[in-house]
Amino acid sequence: MKVNGTIISLDKSQSLFDFLKAQKYDITKIAVERNGEIVPRATYKDVILDDEDTLEIVRFVGGG
Amino acid sequence: MKVTINGKSMELDCQTAFEVREQIGNQTDLIILNGFQIEEDCKISENDVLTIIRKGYMPEEEELESMMMARHTPNVHKKVKEGKVAVAGLGGLGSNIAIMLARIGVGKLLLIDFDVVEPSNLNRQSYNISHLGMSKTTALKKQIEEINPFIKVETQNIKVTEDNVSELFSGYDIVCEAFDKPEAKSMLVNVVLDQFTDIKIVAASGMAGYDSSNLIKTAKPMNRLYLCGDFENGARIGQGLMAPRVQICAGHQANMVLRLLLGIEDV
Repeated sequence: MKVNGTIISLDKSQSLFDFLKAQKYDITKIAVERNGEIVPRATYKDVILDDEDTLEIVRFVGGG
Repeated sequence: MKVTINGKSMELDCQTAFEVREQIGNQTDLIILNGFQIEEDCKISENDVLTIIRKGYMPEEEELESMMMARHTPNVHKKVKEGKVAVAGLGGLGSNIAIMLARIGVGKLLLIDFDVVEPSNLNRQSYNISHLGMSKTTALKKQIEEINPFIKVETQNIKVTEDNVSELFSGYDIVCEAFDKPEAKSMLVNVVLDQFTDIKIVAASGMAGYDSSNLIKTAKPMNRLYLCGDFENGARIGQGLMAPRVQICAGHQANMVLRLLLGIEDV
């Protein structure tokens, strides 16, 4: 799977939600695009990741 | 020869810009030819746009618009004037973005914020002492009227939530995300990209402190999402938000909006 341009290998089948948790992302402060489409936050648990997936994960920090 | 002078189409018997000035103005007047202020005489051609400005003189309203627009490259100005841009959050980013978009002549702006101007805003936001206690939407609208009265400004004193995004932003070309809190930034980006198929969003992340200016950049990490900032430096205890980097980031956002309005999708 490709995440933010880097190839990583998944050791087991998992949901996007589990992957983000394992990578220590705070899901209230990110946006995720999967294969060119935004993934609605409410569906993170339903999305099962695949080796062919390309993810872009944007993390927001405070200030404005 | 047919040329446009101070917004009016005229038939003139002149070959150069200085000849035009001699006919209709006086020697110390500024001359702007097709968006560029000239110092030396220049040949003019059919359909050129000239603006002759007398310094220190307050023009009539109809003349004012053409004088203000004189510095905009003619074809660029037309596209920008057709632009409809929403600015969500009117703090350090949003207030400065809105002022820049007004200066470049974006035709329609929607300004959204639920807060009032308070003293701690003055270190980086586009407000003055006289605006304290006023809603940010009103304070900013007043400033824009003083800068460019020829654009349409709508305001909403409201907190943006998942439930009102689609109603608020429908009909706009571009949304500028200019919130402070990362959760609000994330919510707006997620919901705009999910609920609309055409609106582009220009967001910001990482502009606190006084780290190098050159770390602030514009990226396009996703379809229809442009992100400006250093992507790292969040506001936190010991690292506040300061005018220079906040305005640099606002400048990145405003320039990306301009590029998008001109049909350029690369960062």
